[in-house]
Amino acid sequence: MSDLSAVARRAVEAASDAGASDAEAYVSRDGGRQVRVHGGEVESLTAATQTGVGVRAWSGHRVGYAFGTDLSDAGVTAIAAKAAEAAAVADEDEFAAPPQPAEIEAVPGLGDPSIAEWETARVADLALTVERTALASDPRLVAVETAVYADSDEQVAIASSSGVAGEYEASSAYAYLSALAEGEGGARETGLGFGLARGPRGLDPEAIGAEGAQRALSMIGAGKPASRSCPVVLDETVAASFAGLIGGGLSAKAVQRGRSPFAGRLEEEVASAAFVLHDDGRDPHGPASAPFDAEGAPRRRTALIEGGRLRSYLFDTYTANREGTASTGNASRQGYRSLPSVSTSNLMVAPGELSLDGLLGQAGDGVYVTDVAGLHSGVNPVTGVFSVGASGRVIRDGALAEPVREFTIAGELVAMLGAVSAAGAEPRWVPFGGSVSTPSLLIAEMAISGS
Amino acid sequence: MSGLIDQALAEQVLARALANGGRFAEVFVERQQGQTLAIDERRIESVQAGAEEGAGVRVVDGNTTYFAHVDGLEPAELERAAEEAAAALRAERTEPRPLQAREATPLPIERRPEEVPAERKAELLRELDERARATGGEIAQVNASYAEARREVTVANSDGLFAGDDRTRVRIGVQTVAQRDGSVETGAETLGAHRGFELLEDDPDQIAEQAARKALTLLDAVPAPSGSMPVVVGGGFGGVLFHEMTGHGLEADHVQKGASVYVGKLGERVAEPLLNAYDDGRLPGEWGSDAIDDEGQPTQKTQVIEGGRLTSYLYDHLTAERDGVASTGNGRRESFRHLPIPRMTNTYIAPGDATAEAMIAGVARGFYAVSFGGGQVDPATGDFVFGVSEGYLIENGKVTSPCRGATLIGNCLEALAAIDAVGDDFFMKTGICGKGGQKVPVGTGQGHVRVRAMTVGGTER
Repeated sequence: MSDLSAVARRAVEAASDAGASDAEAYVSRDGGRQVRVHGGEVESLTAATQTGVGVRAWSGHRVGYAFGTDLSDAGVTAIAAKAAEAAAVADEDEFAAPPQPAEIEAVPGLGDPSIAEWETARVADLALTVERTALASDPRLVAVETAVYADSDEQVAIASSSGVAGEYEASSAYAYLSALAEGEGGARETGLGFGLARGPRGLDPEAIGAEGAQRALSMIGAGKPASRSCPVVLDETVAASFAGLIGGGLSAKAVQRGRSPFAGRLEEEVASAAFVLHDDGRDPHGPASAPFDAEGAPRRRTALIEGGRLRSYLFDTYTANREGTASTGNASRQGYRSLPSVSTSNLMVAPGELSLDGLLGQAGDGVYVTDVAGLHSGVNPVTGVFSVGASGRVIRDGALAEPVREFTIAGELVAMLGAVSAAGAEPRWVPFGGSVSTPSLLIAEMAISGS
Repeated sequence: MSGLIDQALAEQVLARALANGGRFAEVFVERQQGQTLAIDERRIESVQAGAEEGAGVRVVDGNTTYFAHVDGLEPAELERAAEEAAAALRAERTEPRPLQAREATPLPIERRPEEVPAERKAELLRELDERARATGGEIAQVNASYAEARREVTVANSDGLFAGDDRTRVRIGVQTVAQRDGSVETGAETLGAHRGFELLEDDPDQIAEQAARKALTLLDAVPAPSGSMPVVVGGGFGGVLFHEMTGHGLEADHVQKGASVYVGKLGERVAEPLLNAYDDGRLPGEWGSDAIDDEGQPTQKTQVIEGGRLTSYLYDHLTAERDGVASTGNGRRESFRHLPIPRMTNTYIAPGDATAEAMIAGVARGFYAVSFGGGQVDPATGDFVFGVSEGYLIENGKVTSPCRGATLIGNCLEALAAIDAVGDDFFMKTGICGKGGQKVPVGTGQGHVRVRAMTVGGTER
């Protein structure tokens, strides 16, 4: 048992001593570093660890929560007492109850020794290579606003009075850049390139730099497309953002509270057969993979949309109790500072058979969307109605043509799923919309508002 | 002084930070505590309390910043942070200047929220819930939240600066869902300030009614139009338009990296002469105000547009040093775990002399965006987008049907130059601004503003 598990057990005892009928403690320690580079130099280098505990206390069917960074005996006792105190303020909720223990199976491959092996100078060089590759790609690629490498190694321990006990360690690393290309007349275009892995050795700095450069260069001279309804191909990054919105609507909490376009539609047709969606908290490559979720329930794979039908929602213990079903292992938290709530783990959109060229060919004439903006304000998660800013390329005669920007794509999420006519063959992990693996998607028709 | 650490310890930590060289070192110490609770489905839930404390130490050498942060305020922890920040440096020790304590007066808090019983806060949420439901029988769902946060900070740096601040913010929010037959609509409203519980003593329930009215109004909405047209933007949170369109592009880090459309535009005409705009971190009680910024610099009122001309960028310590100017007090950070970067405080378009009625009367066919859900900009290209949370058609000089699903989209320089009327009905609203992975509270404000032409991207077919 690690020192973190010992802290968790102490916190649970302290909450019981403070009068809680049940208690759970979640302890995490995160060690990480970040390197930002600019103009061939390291701009900033951050090294840090952070450790904290969050205590959930039940007083019958009332729940309270407290968190803090002081893991001394006195600190943990004070946090536990605050959690018990907070429970007294909450209203009774018959479905609020501590999670029951279940058998936990380890997920192999969550750690990568290269994080510890690669010294700071070496990962700084990785970030510098990202920048250098982009700058060397084309004279019109005039600058890189920022190139970043970051990694983290997180240890988590959980314990509860109901018998939940577990711990794991997982590592992650990523690198990205924002490249700036300049066209005639000095107008600048930005391009994002990124990569995700368990450690630095899994990242390809040249590929990341080249992607950012290519995305920025391809936008030079962009104009506005004509307003119309037409076929749209969403690249992986945009498809991931939309998949994340779908995943949010499939949370049983949103559904039970009448705040989801998927409420009341279980087993109904909600998508075309080409759109197949799973949540998989155990995929060995998934950034969010772990043996158990944020309240100790085993992570698992759940079919969400298959054969065009809505197969399941995502549950944590509370929403499962309310539905009379079992948790799907989808409790998550933003570290020790937050109460567990329902959310996706790794969302996985199943690949289809067409290459990108195949998707473009099938689209014929339309728009290839490579970036969207304003998702947090342009999407109504309750109704699914959206209108968001977009940029990308015109598709003409089945091939990519001139770049376009400053237009919106609009519609409704469930209707959009019904219009997915094909999924690409090459899925990619994308850090947008949570943690998502998705190929490009062809949507038969979408409303474009431009000039 | 908030006095989270004493002067001798601060000097010791700075000396340790510069032990391997560097031209500048800083220690930022913080204690945060807060409470949040919510009501949903008429039940009080998510009752939470949190307390965190720690320090961040940075050392600057050449163009590189070395940063380390630790949890806790024990002297040994602070020393460890200084040591880690300095670990990659290999030069001769540099000497920090002796610290000179600088008095800063924190914004006054009349009623400390942590002294108000949690039961009273729960009661307030019940009142919000009831007021929203009482607004109309079609209100099907209400959820509301209360949050209070206190941040005590102390900053010391090797230039001899030693200052502190004690900040308390309170904010409530209400979200509603209205239902009629098959249609579902939502509404939201917030109220927040850099003040204590006194903020909530004067009919806070009205925001619940406003949130409910928004959702109810939308039940009669038509799909938003598409195309370029005149747009009248509402007061208060309408100021997020200026925040995104101009404010971000004036942050000196974007400018110095060539990632802003405002590069080289200082002193130039960028808007009609009727436009005056400010960033003001000293507005009493406002959400984005503080006594000092997170580098210890007193906050200030900075005019960024004067009579349509661009007059200033927004600076933190390092970007100011690079441009050979003084910091404008815009060095802000989410917490001791983050490096400060140039950020807006309260940004606003100063009141003009037009009235909202006259602005709308002058539009034959256009769009009236009363409020936004939020917005986003790419400062390098100037492309922006705003989601409209409450909007209407303007037909023949009159506000007609409410619209759902509207987004405004455009390019900063064009849209800023197209503002042709500024209203006299000024007020401020609260926002949470994200940049570089850091969230900070910002105020946005304006009276009504009219833009000659902007692209509305709606769902109308």
